[in-house]
Amino acid sequence: MRAVDALMECLKAEGVEVVFGLPGGANLPTYDAFYDAGIRHILVRHEAGGGHAAEGYAKATGRVGVALATSGPGATNLVTPICDAMMDSVPVVFLTGQVRTELLGTDGFQEADTIGITMPIVKHSFLIQHPLEIPRSIHEAFHIARTGRPGPVVVDIPQDLSRGDIPYEPTTEVRLPGYQPTTEGNQKQIRLAAKALANARRPVLYVGGGVISSDASAELVELATSDRFPVTSTVMGLGAFPAPHEQWLGMLGMHGTRAANYAMDEADLICAIGARFDDRITGKLDEFAPRAKFIHIDVDPAEISKNVPAHIPIVGDAGNIMPRLSAEYRALSPQPGRLEEWWSRIRAWQQRHPLRYDDSLDHEIKPQYMIEALYEATAGDAIVASDVGQHQMWAAQYFHFARPRQWINSGGLGTMGFGLPAAMGAKVGCPDRTVVCIAGDGSVQMNSQELATCVQEGIGIKVFVMNNGYLGMVRQWQELFWDRRYSHVEMGRWPDFVKLAEAYGATGLRFEDKRTLVSDMKQALAMEGPVLVDVRVTREENTFPMIPAGQPARNMVG
Amino acid sequence: MGEPATKELLSLDELEAAGQLRTGRKHILSILVENKPGVLTRITGLFARRGFNIDTLAVGPTDDERFSRITLTLDGAKHSIDQVTKQLHKLVNVLKIRDLEPEETLARELALFKISADGASRAEIMQICEVFRAKVVDLGRRSLVIEITGTYDKIEAFERLVRPFGLVEMARTGEIAIARGRGET
Repeated sequence: MRAVDALMECLKAEGVEVVFGLPGGANLPTYDAFYDAGIRHILVRHEAGGGHAAEGYAKATGRVGVALATSGPGATNLVTPICDAMMDSVPVVFLTGQVRTELLGTDGFQEADTIGITMPIVKHSFLIQHPLEIPRSIHEAFHIARTGRPGPVVVDIPQDLSRGDIPYEPTTEVRLPGYQPTTEGNQKQIRLAAKALANARRPVLYVGGGVISSDASAELVELATSDRFPVTSTVMGLGAFPAPHEQWLGMLGMHGTRAANYAMDEADLICAIGARFDDRITGKLDEFAPRAKFIHIDVDPAEISKNVPAHIPIVGDAGNIMPRLSAEYRALSPQPGRLEEWWSRIRAWQQRHPLRYDDSLDHEIKPQYMIEALYEATAGDAIVASDVGQHQMWAAQYFHFARPRQWINSGGLGTMGFGLPAAMGAKVGCPDRTVVCIAGDGSVQMNSQELATCVQEGIGIKVFVMNNGYLGMVRQWQELFWDRRYSHVEMGRWPDFVKLAEAYGATGLRFEDKRTLVSDMKQALAMEGPVLVDVRVTREENTFPMIPAGQPARNMVG
Repeated sequence: MGEPATKELLSLDELEAAGQLRTGRKHILSILVENKPGVLTRITGLFARRGFNIDTLAVGPTDDERFSRITLTLDGAKHSIDQVTKQLHKLVNVLKIRDLEPEETLARELALFKISADGASRAEIMQICEVFRAKVVDLGRRSLVIEITGTYDKIEAFERLVRPFGLVEMARTGEIAIARGRGET
């Protein structure tokens, strides 16, 4: 059997239902196998779009995404999605073609050292050196991508090896003696954590994307409601805890709510679950949560005590640990009502400092209102993929995510151009759901070519471009921290997004009136096929509140 | 969106101080790895990214042909050694890492010294060799090559003594190490 046909069998055995890719010289054999393999292949217009689509698919479904590219430029175009998947722990297998083995190292046509280039940004990678290695490497790649802390795995296959004639025996065996993720969680540590929670007067549950990766939302709710623990989350963890909720403080960090950030600042115990104390959360590290002791639950031991020393580390899968923690906690019968004082302090912050903005009194659309209108128009039920910038933070603040895997964004790497292809991948994975993309006029231009893919494949995503004619977040920083010297952030009024959408064969719309925005959005959402809406918003609005970078939480402004 | 959000000019001194922090505590890491392509690159790349300077590095086979042992010595740096060993453990091809305690470890290095030596100084050099149990492995009319094994410090000491005679060049392997006693490294 041709090695590429064995590759197809392996993909099927792994349950792959769709691959996002673009052919070229070095993966021609693989594409010949795709011709009648019976696996859906979606032809993207740029490999980066394919990589982000595979991420969106993985984030929306929880399954491993697959992206495919040729050697050289095809592979280098995947570098951004690979790094993005690494930063946000997204399970994606990237299959790249490579030049023939006799050309390796000779600067052959379309040769790039894909393994070398991607080495620092992969969970693992395989350079195939013999056709017989292909089947097992594929299974190992999927195993590594989906288990432990999920992440990207690259498999680089030289063109001649993919043409090898190999005896193929179905196998799913993996041999990875150096890879044994700890998932269990130490019972003694869990008991210690339960005791610490029972003794805490001002506890906070600080939740990250790990809870979503481990499909542990129900377990989180159970833990949080085993008492009245206040819950906050990172931008990656939104949807893990159902918002709005009586115990929900909103997002924390640079653009989080004051209630969440002040609660972290005054907490005596912080229980971090699948979160990694990123600088966007901690602000100035040595003044972060100065009164708190830390429980840190994470499947990746390298995250424990990386930035903030953990008093009670628990290495393991959040979904495995939280039920045991809840049970241990209840068994202690902690003193009821001891959190009342803490809650009255939190409620006071919530009342004094709700998220707010000055709404317009006329037709003008404030960007925050645009998010609120979309929340209303979708009844809060859509899958929302976001690009990166001000619109992303407003979406995180004003769209209340009630379910895990409902919110798909690029948190760690902050990749502009992520949103539209990620929405496309999410829609492919969840065809029966409404999938919207909230984009900026800057970021949407970085992968708008995938509209052609959406039209060709009938992928009915609804893209709402928050158009202020600026690279808005950079403009905001220049305004606040660089004396309003607006250096190269003005985007002007180009392109005409309606014409752009129409040129791709999609529906293009423009909304400029706040008074009809909700009903206009409902109409756009009801349309067949992909729709791109140019929503004209206030040009110079700032994302507030904000912890200026490198400062402690109590210095929030706005 | 860099940090901090100020336009403050940073002096070169401040920037350099932030980049170079050595704790002065030497570590010997013994890393057991699978014999797979790119393993060494993955490991050294990880050290470079996390701001660790590798002082010496030695790679060789083990009693099991599927595995190699990498021994490297380094000085603690910006991040704790604990953080780097955790990151190393995440590499799929890494099986085992030991941060070896100096008192419980046998560490040895091999070095070759080429020294310019005429008749007059030879006897003196030979004497030094005898004390250090070093061997002359090549003898020419105007130079000799000496082979010596020992700890890092012993070889340093030897170098200090022979340098005045005219050290032409020197090659060192970097230390390899094994745990004392019956337990595995």
